[in-house]
Amino acid sequence: MSELIQHPALAHHFDSLEQQKEASTLGMWVFLVTEVLFFGGLFATYLIYRNWYPDAFAAASHELDVTLGTINTVVLITSSLTMALAVHAAQLGQRRLLLIFLVATMTLGAVFLGIKSVEYYHKFAEHLIPGPGFQFEKEPVHVRHAQLFFSLYFVMTGLHALHMVIGIGIMLVMWWWSWRGTITAEYYSPIEISGLYWHFVDIVWIFLFPLLYLIGRHA
Amino acid sequence: MPDHIVPKRIYYTIFAILMLCTYLTVQIAFFDLGVLNAVAALTIAVIKATLVVLFFMHVKYGTRLIWAVVVGSVFWLGILLALTMGDYLTRVWRTYG
Repeated sequence: MSELIQHPALAHHFDSLEQQKEASTLGMWVFLVTEVLFFGGLFATYLIYRNWYPDAFAAASHELDVTLGTINTVVLITSSLTMALAVHAAQLGQRRLLLIFLVATMTLGAVFLGIKSVEYYHKFAEHLIPGPGFQFEKEPVHVRHAQLFFSLYFVMTGLHALHMVIGIGIMLVMWWWSWRGTITAEYYSPIEISGLYWHFVDIVWIFLFPLLYLIGRHA
Repeated sequence: MPDHIVPKRIYYTIFAILMLCTYLTVQIAFFDLGVLNAVAALTIAVIKATLVVLFFMHVKYGTRLIWAVVVGSVFWLGILLALTMGDYLTRVWRTYG
């Protein structure tokens, strides 16, 4: 179907908006593959050390706050719902709802980061930052390997938090574009692929939460 | 290909299942199931991730090319984890502590 008047958002190297949308979605997914392997390396490292030092990892995991971790999981999954609803609103051209859901998504993301920073502060106060000041008095026999756990904890949750900060930055741009009317029912690819990124970050947390917080909780 | 607009109802249903799974994974962690604790935690996490990918990320309604890329990412992650663990788990046959 040829259109005599070209859509302003259609780049000249694409035949149609559909083709352009498929290309940008594919591009985002290819980027997410690199992200899967980026976090995959960290998960592989985690698996190796957890298998080598299961007792130390269980003991160190007990120092994490399950309640705050669970609340953050709920917050992040809810932000994924508001993100999905934002895409839905964009598809239907409901600009006001789109703006509201984008703000909701950013707010929930900020709440997640706030709770995370409270947790980091607790770890700092309890001398659980790996390094010369690290103390593990409950089970001193595990002091070295507990540091491995906390190194992985801070690197993995820290990189996840960095992705959240970038995600909120992307959502700010999306909010601006939606507000000034760039996003329409015909052209909402930016919202769609930003959503893909946001959901990916949610999925990383879905794995981080049980692996870091829930080891050997019954003991 | 016309855009597929997922009904809101599906998003709410998936959200409810994800919440239920989160509740289950926390509850199960407090029971001593031995090795099964890790198995249960990872199974639930995989189910949650699959639901997010299929519905929130629209892969269920995506083109075959998107399916190929998504399955490819899982496949390569599998290679990374399987070959790494195949090495490390069989290096020294002793009990680690």
